[in-house]
Amino acid sequence: MEAGQMTEQVAPSVRERLSDRMRRQPWLGAVAVIVAIFLALVAGEGLHDVAQTGLNGLSLGAIYALGAVGLTLVYGILKLVNFAQGDFLTFGAYMAYLVNVTWGMPLILGIFWAMIATALLGLLFERVLWGPMRAKHAGFLQLILMSIGLAFLLRAIIQWFWSTDVRVLDVDTTSTVQFLGLRIGQTQLIVVIVGIAVIIGIGLMLRLTLLGKQMRALSDDLELAETAGINTRRVINYTWIFAGALAGLAGVLSAATTDLRPELGFELLLPIFAAVILGGIGDAFGALAAGMVIGVMTEWSTLVIDARWKTAVGFLVLIIALIVRPQGIFGKAKTV
Amino acid sequence: MSLDPGALPLAVTFDALTNTSFWISVGVIAGTYALVALGLQLNTGFTGIVNFGQAAFMAIGAYTMAILVLKAGFSFWLSLPCAVLAAMIFGLIVGLPSLRLRADYFAIATIALAEVVRLFAQNARGLTGGNQGLFCDPNDASNCYTNSWRDVSDSINNFVSNFWSDPDSLFPLLLVIWATVAVAIFVLRRLQHTPWGRVLRAIREDEDAAQALGKNTLLYKLQSLAISACLGAIAGFFLALNLATIHPLDFEPLVTFFAFSVLILGGMGSYRGVAVGAVLFWFVLEGTRFIDLPDPPFTETRIASLRLAITGLLLILLMAFRPQGLFGKREEMVIGE
Repeated sequence: MEAGQMTEQVAPSVRERLSDRMRRQPWLGAVAVIVAIFLALVAGEGLHDVAQTGLNGLSLGAIYALGAVGLTLVYGILKLVNFAQGDFLTFGAYMAYLVNVTWGMPLILGIFWAMIATALLGLLFERVLWGPMRAKHAGFLQLILMSIGLAFLLRAIIQWFWSTDVRVLDVDTTSTVQFLGLRIGQTQLIVVIVGIAVIIGIGLMLRLTLLGKQMRALSDDLELAETAGINTRRVINYTWIFAGALAGLAGVLSAATTDLRPELGFELLLPIFAAVILGGIGDAFGALAAGMVIGVMTEWSTLVIDARWKTAVGFLVLIIALIVRPQGIFGKAKTV
Repeated sequence: MSLDPGALPLAVTFDALTNTSFWISVGVIAGTYALVALGLQLNTGFTGIVNFGQAAFMAIGAYTMAILVLKAGFSFWLSLPCAVLAAMIFGLIVGLPSLRLRADYFAIATIALAEVVRLFAQNARGLTGGNQGLFCDPNDASNCYTNSWRDVSDSINNFVSNFWSDPDSLFPLLLVIWATVAVAIFVLRRLQHTPWGRVLRAIREDEDAAQALGKNTLLYKLQSLAISACLGAIAGFFLALNLATIHPLDFEPLVTFFAFSVLILGGMGSYRGVAVGAVLFWFVLEGTRFIDLPDPPFTETRIASLRLAITGLLLILLMAFRPQGLFGKREEMVIGE
């Protein structure tokens, strides 16, 4: 605020040029805010603490980002605000638990099974719920309430089979990796690497392949895409496969770094929504960046306020993003 | 029962069916949810704003009332209008930036705000008691919101005992809640037939058109949200009087979604439908307690999950086959079309 006023007094043309630049590349503003917060924290708390909490934030952010990519694709392409996405994460986590703990097999198999099972779940609901509802031209309220009903149903099924007990996956939670004086849990490091690799892969696929192009076409106008000869049913099925598989993966990664409870997914849902909106609806790269930013901000907040408040950070980012820039940091200014 | 429970997999214990105090407690919950859902009906059914943050207004009503009485020494009766005012002001502050948003963004913003309120109640321990909840000190009973209510409750039951020899201790609360619901329905129905009410419907049908006619739609939407906040705060009082302890878990998003189930069951665009929906919803949900299911496999958590599954299925099936609910009109459901 003060800096802005100063430039205004000294050279109004600089301010004009800056604001013009901000309009064309809005994410620059976000970067500036993050850098400012980073510098302020380094000045106050020291580089080591900021880097260490930032590193913890990356593993949280990777989970947010993975959940957000699926949600943003479905939101953008099918215009469905899927409140059941959180429970997709929970479902994936319990599928991995089934393979990894109940059947005693390696976690990597559990991860694959979780991704396959959650993708199949996504396809199933597309078949029995969302497809028929689209054919009926159901309104936004109808769809949102249906997805809430589905979230209840999924959570009820999980509670029925696995009760409300807190469970853990069979992972190594004690080993840590040290570099540059920082330490990170081995599992957390794997979460960060897997998360970033998968999302970059998905993002490139969306940008470079024909399927990605078709998805963007559907996102612009589903009926027009169909008229243009795109097999919309196939594209929609792929959307659900991605959304489901990534949600399943995010659920397992979250369970591996913390624990499993039937509320796991619902508690992650709002930060995931925050990532979707901050990143711009339908934008996979945006969701990656925003998820990471929210994860890091959440962990950074523990440097200045009590850690029990940190869940509120994601909500506050969401509210501020909605009020200041509802089209997302990467989106173009348009009526929303 | 003399029968072996193993012989009947779905033994129904009929003695519970005639358990008056049980049904009265169900009626109290139903009445509380009817009030919450009436606010949602005004917002969602008649103004077209999807308010997913109603639990926050309940929390602010209940907590403000209790904090004013317990910590600031207010009288119970003075704390009530103050708490209603607090909830309405919160509604206005929240609505001012967020009501400009698209319907889906507004829904997400309100649920996030409600969670912030709940997290505040959970973590500002000095003020709200945190996860311990907020309750009266049993040793210092002089200054307690439940005492003021008990005086009223006793005098109602003294009168009732002329007709019913041993009235249930929750019976006065049931009477007061449903009287409030009746008054709220009467007022809301009257409001709906005023020019003001017609502007709300115009906003729901087509906000741009209402704006083009020179109506300040944001102002009308703010008023709609503030009235809903008032109803939510009153429901919060009744929740506090019913449970005696105010706890952050009583204001989870689940509460708002249950109220939406009540709203949808009753029907979009029908205030009286909301009252019927609340009774039906809670009598069905609590009625599952009569089915004496064998344990195992029906453990307590499984029965809890069964209730969640019933609610989920109800929402899915209603949305698929009868989105207007039992008493609603199809043409009243226009949001996002």
